Amino acid sequence: MSSRKRTLEAISFELAMTVIAVIALIIIIAPSLVVLIVSFTSGFSLRFPPPGYSLRWYAELWNAWQLHFAAKNSLIVALWATGLSVVLGVAAALAISRSRTLSARLLDSLFMSPLVLPALAFGLAALMLFSLVGLPVSPLTLVIGHTVVCVPYVVRNTIAALAQLEPTLLESSAVLGASRLYTFRRIVLPLIRPGIIAGAFIAFMSSFDNVPVSLFLRDAATDMLPIRMWQDLEGKLDVTIAALSGVLIIATVALVAVMERVTGLSRRLTN
Amino acid sequence: MGAAPASRDVTTYGMGLAVPLALFFLVFFVAPLLQLLWLSLHNDTAGLHWGLGQYLHFLTDPFSLGVLGSTLLLGAEVTAVCLVLGFPIAWLYQRVGPRLQTIIILIVLLPLLTSVVVRTFAWIVILGRQGIINATLQSLGIIDTPLKLLYTQFGVVLALAQVQMPLMTLPLITALGRIDPNLDDASCSLGAGSWRTFFRIVLPLSLPGVIAGCTLTYAAAITAFITQSLIGGGQMLFMPMYLYQQASTLQNWPFASAISIIFLLAVLAVVSVFTTLGRMSRGYGGA
Repeated sequence: MSSRKRTLEAISFELAMTVIAVIALIIIIAPSLVVLIVSFTSGFSLRFPPPGYSLRWYAELWNAWQLHFAAKNSLIVALWATGLSVVLGVAAALAISRSRTLSARLLDSLFMSPLVLPALAFGLAALMLFSLVGLPVSPLTLVIGHTVVCVPYVVRNTIAALAQLEPTLLESSAVLGASRLYTFRRIVLPLIRPGIIAGAFIAFMSSFDNVPVSLFLRDAATDMLPIRMWQDLEGKLDVTIAALSGVLIIATVALVAVMERVTGLSRRLTN
Repeated sequence: MGAAPASRDVTTYGMGLAVPLALFFLVFFVAPLLQLLWLSLHNDTAGLHWGLGQYLHFLTDPFSLGVLGSTLLLGAEVTAVCLVLGFPIAWLYQRVGPRLQTIIILIVLLPLLTSVVVRTFAWIVILGRQGIINATLQSLGIIDTPLKLLYTQFGVVLALAQVQMPLMTLPLITALGRIDPNLDDASCSLGAGSWRTFFRIVLPLSLPGVIAGCTLTYAAAITAFITQSLIGGGQMLFMPMYLYQQASTLQNWPFASAISIIFLLAVLAVVSVFTTLGRMSRGYGGA
């Protein structure tokens, strides 16, 4: 009797957990699927399910020069911010990864703090500093602002990759007479490269998607894609935005698939 | 700098490599924040008269305090929803084969990397007057007139929970993966039921992950400008939009600075409470 009670009890637990998990997974994935479906509508509204299907809004997207302009700006800023983040972030990660000194720990917290501090406050602060020193808002100020909020991803992923590195490999290399630079190029770099790429990828995506910093550090000449989309959505519900969202979703899925192959992204983020 | 002898060690690199990023942060991160603090301590826009006027204004103004309160509450609600929905995902992840594990992790990961504007836009499509929920309920004859879902607290919490769910789920998956599965079996064979084992063994041992997830989710939810403003609409005002209005529309930089500092301190307070809890729970989990 008691064992049957326990089985029922176990089943009720497993069932409850599985049902909630499946509902949660549906909630996570459904919005992207909905947008993808609506973007192929033949109608003029965002009604779901669409009255019919067509590629007309994707064709419309072809002529949306304002979106093209904003997308180009976002892409350029994201590429520069990612490059700068990798150069500065990997060097800093090498310095602080195995060090147990207080200064290393303090620097680590400093480099990670943009992840939790409200980015909007930082955006305003950066705007005030740039206007104080007389630097006008430009792609340069955007790259600087984006680098501050994107570099933590590179630092974190590089440190994680370095932590997996066997110290004995470096010692053997040194014992065999290799210089530190040679060891770095031939042993360390190849082993931590997937970690660096994963960090750079996340930095790139978060720069491309950044709103709070761009909001303060851009002007009409440097319109950024997420802000253009946000302002379009504030005004009217445009189906062109659905088509653009479709493009972004498909691009993200493709990039994640490539990154999963190259860097094992999913394992990296759960370890 | 105190550990100079360590630089001979071939397995570590000199602290000098951290100097470029440290300088970059000093100039473009620390200095702006200090300037923000400096301006917030002035009573006039030009920054000539020192004083706590901006803070007094905020802390004695019921409207401002209301915005702060509703923002902190919003964060708590979103975090709670993410925890309740995210924990079972992490639990399920530990019980399925490697193929399903990859699928689950990619489902969790994709939204994290998809543009926030796109994800928020999706919720407009779902929650709108002609959206899926209203269309379904109407075609089933459950309601006559569309429900108001957009521009409500419910809508904002739901959309934010979906947007921030990965930040909760990923640390939970890591934490649950570190629990010795034998403990689960031991508890069950000693007569504790599955529910009791979950609440007495699994949940306490996963507390470091719970706290890490809660910190990230909370910090992200209260600063999520786009989702708050698009799903919340004009009637609901949260701290990020309040800050933006004061800084950009009204050009009141000293007050906007004070709002930023108060908001920063609120986030820091929440993060340090979570961090302290995390430190305590690690001691508990290790026992």
